[in-house]
Amino acid sequence: MKSKVECQECGAEITVPEDVVVGEIITCPDCGGEYEITSTVEGNLELKPAERVGEDWGQ
Amino acid sequence: MVEVSILCDKVRYEEKSLYEKAQSKGIKSKIVDAKTVIIDTHSKKKDFLLGDIMLQRSVSYYRGLYLTACLEFLGFKVINRYEVGQTCGNKLITSIKLEQNKIPTPTTQFAFSAESGLESIRKTGFPLVLKPIVGSWGRGIYPLRDLETASMIIEMREEDDNPLSRIYYIQEMVDRPPRDIRCIVIGDQAITAIYRYSSPSEWRTNVARGGMVELAPITKEMEDLALKAAKAVGGGILGVDMMEDKNRGLVVHEVNNTVEFRGAASVSKADIPGEIIDYAVTVARH
Repeated sequence: MKSKVECQECGAEITVPEDVVVGEIITCPDCGGEYEITSTVEGNLELKPAERVGEDWGQ
Repeated sequence: MVEVSILCDKVRYEEKSLYEKAQSKGIKSKIVDAKTVIIDTHSKKKDFLLGDIMLQRSVSYYRGLYLTACLEFLGFKVINRYEVGQTCGNKLITSIKLEQNKIPTPTTQFAFSAESGLESIRKTGFPLVLKPIVGSWGRGIYPLRDLETASMIIEMREEDDNPLSRIYYIQEMVDRPPRDIRCIVIGDQAITAIYRYSSPSEWRTNVARGGMVELAPITKEMEDLALKAAKAVGGGILGVDMMEDKNRGLVVHEVNNTVEFRGAASVSKADIPGEIIDYAVTVARH
């Protein structure tokens, strides 16, 4: 599986753990941008900007 | 064979550990993105491949709550049930349930306008704690130590767009050590407990606010209270939060419906995800 993706905000390289699963959030080490993994099919990582923290988040 | 679905909108440590634990136990499981589920009034249970039991793990309270309502409408078993989520997600309703069940809980006043909120604060005296009735991770919780600050915070709440901001939940400030207790209850067992210490620049103890955790021994008093509180809100998988009042002993101030356990798992010997999966399988079979 590809272990690096490019940050859509700042272009930095984000290292993705080997055991990543769909729905996990990864964070850009440079700008702090957060991305949700949307697909890992056939080793291709797809991601989208993660949802912003909502007022009703948490427990 | 039982299949467990883990419903979530974000895969955190908790959801991943639940999935991995189910796999290691040989239990069929899958992670389901709550954001992608669509249900309508004519939907049928058989149209959804969601297994036999669902663990509702959405980080968004309302998403989790209403998705649970819809899934129960279709006939699915969800942990925790909608009614439990509705009670635990609302501090006012939780306080009422705790009091109705004679569980020691901090004295709390409920007021329904800025004027009556201020009147109740004036009559009671300081210090007090103002909390939003719906909200998590310690957000919007203010210590009230004088009338001027209290008036300003109430004014701020009045300007807020959220109608729930006009419901005032004013709690005594419990005289406690700089920590509280989180006891995790699964079914009829208190699995583990931790002390949560506030970080140096904070008075709130939430782990989300940098609170530190330490394993807490489960005393008989703590176990009894945690189990009673869990039962009072409808039971399931719950995080019962307590404070050590210097005069009264333990008081329960909150019960959490989608319990986060990363902090507890870092210090506890209990296999929290394993216990949750075993409980889900048991519920699925009954």
